[in-house]
Amino acid sequence: MLVQLRRSIIVSAIFFVLLGLVYPLVTTGLAQVVFPHQANGSLTSNGSTLIGQRWSGRRWFHGRADAFNAMASGASNLGPNSKALEEFVAKEVRYYHHLGVNPTASLVTGSGSGLDPDVSVAGAYAQVGMVAKANGLSSSAVSRLVASQIVGQQFGFLGSQYINVLSLNEALATLVRHTKG
Amino acid sequence: MGTALTLIVLFVALALCWRYLGAYMLAIYDGRVRWLRGPERLIYRALGVDSEAEQSWQRYTMSLIIFSAVAILVTYALIRLQGHLPLNPEHLSGVSPALSFNTAVSFVTNTNWQNYSGETTMSYLSQMGSLTVQMFVSASVGIAVAVALIRGFARKESSTIGNFWVDLVRGVLYLLLPISFVMTFVFVGQGAIQTFAGPAHIKNALDGFTQVIARGPVASMEVIKQLGTNGGGFFNANGADPFENPTGLTNLLSVILILSIPFSLTYVFGKMVGNIRQGVAVVATMLLFFCIWTAVGIGAEHGANTAVHLGGIAHQVAGNMNGKETRFGSSSSALYNIASTQTSTGSVDASNDSFTPIGGMMLLTGMMLGEVTPGGVGSGLYTILLFAIVAVFLGGLMVGRTPEYLGKKIQAREVKIAALGVLVMPITVLVLTGIATVVQSGTSATLNSGPHGFTEILYAFTSQANNNGSAFAGLSGNTPFYNILGAVAMLIGRFGVIVPALALAGTLGKKGLVPESLGTFRTDTPLFIGLLVGVIVIVGGLTFFPAISLGPLAEQLSHGRLF
Repeated sequence: MLVQLRRSIIVSAIFFVLLGLVYPLVTTGLAQVVFPHQANGSLTSNGSTLIGQRWSGRRWFHGRADAFNAMASGASNLGPNSKALEEFVAKEVRYYHHLGVNPTASLVTGSGSGLDPDVSVAGAYAQVGMVAKANGLSSSAVSRLVASQIVGQQFGFLGSQYINVLSLNEALATLVRHTKG
Repeated sequence: MGTALTLIVLFVALALCWRYLGAYMLAIYDGRVRWLRGPERLIYRALGVDSEAEQSWQRYTMSLIIFSAVAILVTYALIRLQGHLPLNPEHLSGVSPALSFNTAVSFVTNTNWQNYSGETTMSYLSQMGSLTVQMFVSASVGIAVAVALIRGFARKESSTIGNFWVDLVRGVLYLLLPISFVMTFVFVGQGAIQTFAGPAHIKNALDGFTQVIARGPVASMEVIKQLGTNGGGFFNANGADPFENPTGLTNLLSVILILSIPFSLTYVFGKMVGNIRQGVAVVATMLLFFCIWTAVGIGAEHGANTAVHLGGIAHQVAGNMNGKETRFGSSSSALYNIASTQTSTGSVDASNDSFTPIGGMMLLTGMMLGEVTPGGVGSGLYTILLFAIVAVFLGGLMVGRTPEYLGKKIQAREVKIAALGVLVMPITVLVLTGIATVVQSGTSATLNSGPHGFTEILYAFTSQANNNGSAFAGLSGNTPFYNILGAVAMLIGRFGVIVPALALAGTLGKKGLVPESLGTFRTDTPLFIGLLVGVIVIVGGLTFFPAISLGPLAEQLSHGRLF
């Protein structure tokens, strides 16, 4: 009994050092050398390409209906027969109609993380008219921009195709600059 | 098309794991893997353990219980005291006593139920030194119990079932740590983060949007979370968070990691008892359930979300996307969450609470079957072997013979132990859910109302008693009521099955082998698989059907009514 207690304490100390300190410190050290960009959060000058941001107004493409609080991730957790979810969606639909956009489901629903950096391809195309008008661009030019930003399924079959909202808006800003300049 | 190809790649990968990871695990627990024997010997010397000396089942169990108690204390102390400890860039204060107790029990029992948000509650030291450590250790304990039970079947007239300390150390050193170490870099390469730099402050030059982004040593925790079927995320959003699970590839790798050890242990089982067909029968049973649940789950999430439809969206071409990430889509999200609930992992890449009623029911019932399809690392195998004993007992009753399993006579003592191990989970779930639905502290914590609110409570206790740890996360579980009742459920659900499994290992190991005769009921045939499937369905179905009808079924049959 006392022998097992002594062993439990010693092995807990060994595991604390090996698994709790050495393992994460060594993997961090190596990751910082091999993949420094990814290991620190894929940060660019305008934010992380992996963490979604809130975009407002007609000039920018919008993403999911998320909170985008990167210090408190998480979903709404509203169920499929929830009145609160129906009201939330109806409010988002009214907002998009007010912007002159006929929204897709992914634009008016939240994601699993509350930080989704991406939007569905259909969701981006739905906003082309609004964005083109607000920036004084032709719809066909903005449509071409959206098409150029589509990220296909990984290796052709994994997950879903999507558009990264930050990359799309950065490309849009460049397009606006070139057109006006 | 993408979904079909994803499933094909998954099953090919699992088949390779079964054969090769299975053979490697067999070699580890036979003591034939030695590439780290230097550090391994050092640990044994520090512990005063002779790696050749074995333990009786009583001593094995006692070592395991004492070790787990110490692990709970250490985990509790580290997170209680984190405010005074280093590696705490956000200056988080110590975790409250009830929450610390729940969390310590949760990680030591391989449950990883989380009544907290990682990024706002746990310091880096707590995430690494306290929680990640238990992710390795609890997984190794689970596998050790499964291997000890297999030894009970495989040996004859033996008074020992192995050495707990040796099994524990070998599982960590040779199996869990090397795979996690390598996979960490794959995840980081895809975009998972691994840093001690603290939160990042962002200002978008395009529109002036500002954001603070929580960071930390995430990838090293993420891989063992899946490999050890633990499920506790660094972030509140768990596997939905892009820093934990950034791409379609990491999503599929997560599913493979989750399923690899539970399925491969059936290979170890077949080989150790000297007839691989016995392992095939068990894995076939697991696969049958897993495939049905996956198909129905993916199908359900392709459907529309009622509330989104009524909110004004006429067509939901991508399926039910509320609570799901764009980069995964509905099918990959359903696959991930089904794999995680069928294995006592409990990680999620989408909100369980926002699944369709039928999709949510598949998550819930996957756990209610007792986490044997294929179940958690080790726990899945030792629990399904308890079901197998009940199955041969029923088979024996039908033809009026003393049942045998793997050449061991199954007598009153074995059947009693197996029945206890099988029934302890449903009893715990139903009693605790019953209590929570009649007291104010239980019902006031639900987010959704109506049948969905009841499902949140039922899900919480099913998840904790099965050591799964996933949640219908609308439930606000961080109250003294849920923290303490939940910890009770997790302790009973873990040790209430481990102790019977080890007792069984002991009594079976002492028995001699009965030579196979014409009258022996063969347990490597489709007939036995059918019987085992029947027992699992009947035990799960009879105990839980009334509760299911009050939750997801009532919601599904409410014809678009909102609550």
